[in-house]
Amino acid sequence: MAQLPFIVAAYVVTVAGVGTMLLASWARMRRAERRLESDR
Amino acid sequence: MADLDFHALANPLRFRRLAVLLTPWLLLSGLSVLGVGLWLGLFASPPDYLQGETVRILYLHVPTAWLALGGYLGMALAAATARIWKHPIADLLVQAIAPVGALFAGLCLVTGSIWGRPTWGTWWVWDGRLTSMLVLFLLYLGVIALMHLHDDRTKGARMAGLLAILGTINLPVIKFSVEWWNTLHQPASIRITGSSIHPDMLWPLMISAVGFSLLFAAIVLIRMRLLIAEQQLEARALRRAARAG
Repeated sequence: MAQLPFIVAAYVVTVAGVGTMLLASWARMRRAERRLESDR
Repeated sequence: MADLDFHALANPLRFRRLAVLLTPWLLLSGLSVLGVGLWLGLFASPPDYLQGETVRILYLHVPTAWLALGGYLGMALAAATARIWKHPIADLLVQAIAPVGALFAGLCLVTGSIWGRPTWGTWWVWDGRLTSMLVLFLLYLGVIALMHLHDDRTKGARMAGLLAILGTINLPVIKFSVEWWNTLHQPASIRITGSSIHPDMLWPLMISAVGFSLLFAAIVLIRMRLLIAEQQLEARALRRAARAG
């Protein structure tokens, strides 16, 4: 059985999962903090 | 020392100032260390004599498993702190850790499954280690669900915290599952007394684990900042409504 596709799949899933959560959390945080500053 | 005072950090604004300072450092160091760890794991470490190249999946699977467990313990401690000392930041910490811990538990299950297919010949078996890890993932989802179940946020946080604390029963089950039951999963290779892993593989694993840990902390801190900002916006809206009414 070829092992490379399994390795690639594991790395893609992990990078996509962590990357998506990081970027989504960052974007939501920046939006909320900007609203907080403009709301003063 | 005043900045490191546990009680001083109970003030969300003071905590937010510290979080703003720490976030870029944690983020940059996490991404750099993880990049080095994964590069070493993918290109510089040797294949395993039994598993072959699939051993490279373990540089993801093992750190995500450690952080799923460590994150849960941190979440339960925060829940206990919130209940005992009514620490306002502790409640937010439970809310911030839960989705990140759920992601890492999910990644541990998925990468383990991907590793299992070429190594064991199966995607999944209902053995002690895999099943208790799935229970951990479901506990995280339960905590998240309970947080959003109630219209009254305090009640939801209290119920979620209670589940987080009760769920710690599962942590020793995960740890000792490979000793208590016959499982396909191998026993621990790294113990306090030493490691049976060759240094050529151990170093990339440890560097990846440090990188993932820094990134985990960075995402939790970002989510804390988000929750504090949302809480402040809500408080302002309520004050305005009270003044208007």
